Amino acid sequence: MIEADHLTKRYGDATAVQDVTFRCEPGTVTGFLGPNGAGKSTTMRMICGLTPPTSGAARVLGVPYRRIANPGRHVGVLLDAAAQHSGRTGRETLALSAHVLGVERERAERLLREVGLPATAARRRVGGYSLGMRQRLGIAQALLGDPRVLILDEPANGLDPEGIHWMRTLLRDFADRGGTVLLSSHLLREVEAVADRFVVIVGGRIVAQGDKRELLGSSGGTLVRAVDPLGLENALKDAGLAVRRAADGSLTVPADSETVGRVAAKTGAVLLELRPAGEGGLEELFLSLTAPEPKETPR
Amino acid sequence: MTALTISVDRPAAPALHTLTVVELRKMVNTRAGRWLLVFVALCGVALVGVVLFAAPRADRTMPEMYSASLSGVAILLPVLGVLSVTGEWSQRTALTTFTLVPGRERVIAAKLLAGAVLATLCLAVSAVAAWTGRALGAVLDRTDAGWGVPPSMLASTLLLAVLGVWSGVAFGMLFLNTPLAIVLFFLLPIAWSVLGETVNALDGAANWLDTARTTAPLGDPEGEMTGRAWARLAVSQAVWLLLPAALGTMRVLRQEVK
Repeated sequence: MIEADHLTKRYGDATAVQDVTFRCEPGTVTGFLGPNGAGKSTTMRMICGLTPPTSGAARVLGVPYRRIANPGRHVGVLLDAAAQHSGRTGRETLALSAHVLGVERERAERLLREVGLPATAARRRVGGYSLGMRQRLGIAQALLGDPRVLILDEPANGLDPEGIHWMRTLLRDFADRGGTVLLSSHLLREVEAVADRFVVIVGGRIVAQGDKRELLGSSGGTLVRAVDPLGLENALKDAGLAVRRAADGSLTVPADSETVGRVAAKTGAVLLELRPAGEGGLEELFLSLTAPEPKETPR
Repeated sequence: MTALTISVDRPAAPALHTLTVVELRKMVNTRAGRWLLVFVALCGVALVGVVLFAAPRADRTMPEMYSASLSGVAILLPVLGVLSVTGEWSQRTALTTFTLVPGRERVIAAKLLAGAVLATLCLAVSAVAAWTGRALGAVLDRTDAGWGVPPSMLASTLLLAVLGVWSGVAFGMLFLNTPLAIVLFFLLPIAWSVLGETVNALDGAANWLDTARTTAPLGDPEGEMTGRAWARLAVSQAVWLLLPAALGTMRVLRQEVK
């Protein structure tokens, strides 16, 4: 369980994070979204006790992160895959963490194989790794202590499609076994595919949060496409519904799909498509939430 | 809530000796760390050779060779101390280190202990180099001096080496930047030495504050630590070791890790 309680971080006059409050429950994956410089990483660092908040507090497993005696055994953290010593080998990096956590060296070796860093890669220096390989090493490090909570900042960055699929499966399984996942990402489709809940932050403030269904379902309306668009449009208008026709002949109707389907069935229209409007899903939501705000000036 | 709180108390935080072993390993498992130690050893071996082949026969004694073998330790080991801290910031491994061990003061303590252990190991290697030099001297008939090193000299050189690494760690913590910490570590005492020698008014102060002067009796085979010499050492170390260590510790404890 992760709780952020009115977290605020100010640097001089600039406010990086303002009054951020959310909860991540066991068994769920929470997608943490926002444009560059929105305060995602700062919030995550405050949760992990690396950045002291100006005000507010964060708890992991019911206590402030720094209160956890051996945090690596409860919380897997990957805040920046690039933050590894370039002069050490992948295996040595993981062996050091295993020593600190007090877990078997053998577990480190096994995890390296599981995340897709075979012995030949593990023996190389991290300086020669691609970003994707560093992400895999970082994931292995986060999983090393067999944690119940995962806090991952942009873990899919630099991964190939196979790696992204692997990551998605891994996080889903982790949550399904009762784990708590907080995951930030720019790759909206990946987050949409894996997360149950979203927290969207823009300019340091939360602009939306809730279940996937609440957030994405509310964009409204039904999109319908028929072999004879004009006929269907007229039928829908006759039924008292407002209809908006797009250039490709698809119609957007502010009603649920059952209502639209019934009208189509009654007139005998042949449908090609009938689904909730808003093809973009998360992307559309994201753009609608972030567009009006001017980009925050970098600090 | 109580059950949850108990569960986060176990397993226990890593013990200080575990952290010390980890920090020691971090000092020697990077390319930079390894090369520094190779140069420490090479410096020692080379200067034992210099004593054996270039010094007058009367000076080819065991304490002289031991003293020469420590040159690398005196100059380069503090750099390793600096790197053990600044490397965490330049390579950004502090992110992992302090995420796994939120008690940053324990990491600092482990770094200091690891530095002391490394200094001891380096001294042992230097002693072996010196005795090898003495043996070579015997074979080549270049010396017939004794084989012993006074225990007081072993102790004072160990103290000197440990203080050196610790000031390196302290400077590293104070500046959190490799080039700045290394340059100032060497430059400030030298600048002070030059000032002390050129400006008459500062000469008296330099006797108490110039580490080159205050530590000289420790590393010198002929040197003797009088009560006054100990007092001078303590004052100079308070300025060059304790002060940066205290300020640096405060900085590391407060610094936001990114």
